[in-house]
Amino acid sequence: MMKTARKKNLYQLAAWTWSWVATMAIATFGPKYIWDDHTVLTALAVSVNFANGILMIIANRNLFNKFDELERKIHLESLALTLGLTVVVGLSYSLLDTTNLIAYTAEISNLVLFIGVTYLVCVTINTRRYV
Amino acid sequence: MKNRLKVLRAENSFTQEDLADIIGVSRQTINAIEKEKFDPSLPTAFRISKLFKLPIEAIFYFEEN
Repeated sequence: MMKTARKKNLYQLAAWTWSWVATMAIATFGPKYIWDDHTVLTALAVSVNFANGILMIIANRNLFNKFDELERKIHLESLALTLGLTVVVGLSYSLLDTTNLIAYTAEISNLVLFIGVTYLVCVTINTRRYV
Repeated sequence: MKNRLKVLRAENSFTQEDLADIIGVSRQTINAIEKEKFDPSLPTAFRISKLFKLPIEAIFYFEEN
């Protein structure tokens, strides 16, 4: 019963994540390659992507609520580390850009990538610690 | 915290999977409790105690080093 409910939440999160990625791609490349910078269509694509993102967050919270106590501990520790590292690394990265210590512009996408990788590594390490 | 969960589970011929399903946690959680890497919450300890018909202190106990 618990496993079925959890699986359902996991599939829902996967579905919302993939559709969020798809709508993000449409909102990013659509104005240039599909609808020739039509403002209304661009606004619509961004709105759909934003709404999709909110639903993805809700699906993630629903899955989190289905975790048992050990899984919650693992994910909570990973979230705490990821949040801390993101703030510290993100601001240092931004500082490198504003002080011209790096030749290129600091992109938010690099930070998103960093968050994803950090969270994955933290969950893997924490899981190995307890299992 | 120490516990006798592995012994009790074996005495009752439960697999980790069986116990996890009955208690309502994952198999990994049962494994972590048995290896004493993770202390269960009070509700989980009560569910285990109820299942084996033993007081909590007969299953979980604190050992000072």
